[in-house]
Amino acid sequence: MEASAPANPNPPAAAGASARTRSERKLAWMLCAPAVLAMLAVTAYPIGYAIVLSLQQVDLRFPDEGGFVGLDNYVSVLSSQLWWTDFFNTVFILVTTVAIELVLGMAIALVMHRAIFGRGVVRTSVLIPYGIITVVAAFAWQFAFAPESGFVNNLPLISDEMDWFGGRFSSFAVIIMAEVWKTTPFMALLLLAGLVTIDSGLYEAAKVDGASAWQRFTRITLPLMKPAILVALLFRSLDAFRVFDTIFIMTRGAQDTESVSILGFNQLISRLNLGLGSAVSVLIFLCVFLIAFLFVRGFGARLEEGRPGG
Amino acid sequence: MGRGSRDYALWSIGILLVLLFALIPVLWLISVSLKPPEAITDGRFIPSEVSFDNYKSLFEGGIDDSPFIKPLINSIGIALITTVIAITLAAFTAYAIARLEFPGKRVILAGALAIAMFPPISTVGPLFDMWRALGLYDTWPGLIIPYLTFSLPLAIYVLVAFFREIPWELEQAAQVDGATPFQAFTKVIVPLAAPGVFTAAILVFIFAWNDFLFAISLTSSDASRTVPAALAFFTGESSFTAPTGSIAAAAVVVTVPIIVFVLIFQRRIVAGLTSGAVKG
Repeated sequence: MEASAPANPNPPAAAGASARTRSERKLAWMLCAPAVLAMLAVTAYPIGYAIVLSLQQVDLRFPDEGGFVGLDNYVSVLSSQLWWTDFFNTVFILVTTVAIELVLGMAIALVMHRAIFGRGVVRTSVLIPYGIITVVAAFAWQFAFAPESGFVNNLPLISDEMDWFGGRFSSFAVIIMAEVWKTTPFMALLLLAGLVTIDSGLYEAAKVDGASAWQRFTRITLPLMKPAILVALLFRSLDAFRVFDTIFIMTRGAQDTESVSILGFNQLISRLNLGLGSAVSVLIFLCVFLIAFLFVRGFGARLEEGRPGG
Repeated sequence: MGRGSRDYALWSIGILLVLLFALIPVLWLISVSLKPPEAITDGRFIPSEVSFDNYKSLFEGGIDDSPFIKPLINSIGIALITTVIAITLAAFTAYAIARLEFPGKRVILAGALAIAMFPPISTVGPLFDMWRALGLYDTWPGLIIPYLTFSLPLAIYVLVAFFREIPWELEQAAQVDGATPFQAFTKVIVPLAAPGVFTAAILVFIFAWNDFLFAISLTSSDASRTVPAALAFFTGESSFTAPTGSIAAAAVVVTVPIIVFVLIFQRRIVAGLTSGAVKG
């Protein structure tokens, strides 16, 4: 970012300039303070508080018992089968949804970018899933797949008897499908933003040299889009790791489909065990931190080109 | 022109697939909401007969007994208040970042990015405990505060991207003419920034409107429960009937206005969602 120009291109005497700089700084800090406080109030303080709670025995159903227990809560969580099942589920959903979304989002981005007609229609329709409440989308897909009311089992090639929410991996299939439907538009738009920056002259030159459409895609589009793809993958991965709404509506974690966020919610809000629940919260926080670290350090995602997820 | 018509056919298929992909769940919800109770389980994609009973049942009993009116008011009120406050605070911050030179600028941007990645579940437990102690549990402010926190990064990034595009010479001209920095901001920049502000406002509103985790964790009654949370607690007419029809009707009521809104302002939303993703 270039230095923002001072009001006067010819700085006056040094004393005047520094007075001006000081008042500019003061104004800037005053303008930023409310937003910074609002952001810290519900993130930095609570995560600190969560760490404190996670080191204690705090169960609101037994308010008299309590006290410092060190890392006992973490030991309980990490040695439980449930945490590892839920962790596997979350990673499984993350990897499958993000992979499907990358392919589908790229296809939609290409249609939006290159379509010889109907671009407006495509852009309009991909925004529909973005505007729909996740819970509403989850209900729509749940009703569609429910054996008693849905239309899916009446489709050709699908058994009328298929009980989608009766098994673990068929439940996952529906959950993943709903997640993909809801968040692919976001992926497609981020990829489109990367796509439009590619110089179309490169494609013309490659065409002249006899490159096929597939070669042009793999040799020009993909390498030049690497930064956009990495940023899109990072934001969607972090988002997918927090998966909660869809699972809560569809199965509430039945059939071993619980995610780590559902586990945290159950401990904190349903069982009021703030100590154990906070340990889960802190572990989720560390996982998210690790994913971000991996992308930035491991794959070289350049965050200054990114933007917060929607 | 065999190649041209083949291209045309291929693109038509591509566009049709995208349309179907986007629209099927919405059409399906509308279909379910229009089915009379006895036909809910017929599994037909297009209802054989249309009834508005599901919609009527949502609003039956007026504000006190309807399971839907209070949550709808809560959702609209909480999302609107969040949007107004978030946009005001974000506009101040984005102005400072886009326009003023001060140490800490990069820290604020990096911090906002970090908060955008922050897992909300990690704050739910502490907030649940703190809000009960402070009397904010199950109140509007109890939801507005976390929504503010998690929508500010998005709003700041969108506004910084828009503010950097503004012709700032106009502000300097106003300052040369004797306006204070504050006057230059409110009289010159605010009107120019309005489109960007509006885009950010739509995105913040959709964020607050969509939230489910805080809505079920920090509320316990119709005093502040929003529509997504209320839908999860809908019950049927009797314990033997599933609330499928009324959930579908409620879902359509909260979805259709947003879809219309999104379609009207689609250009701005696309610009907002991708702002900062491209340099320039």
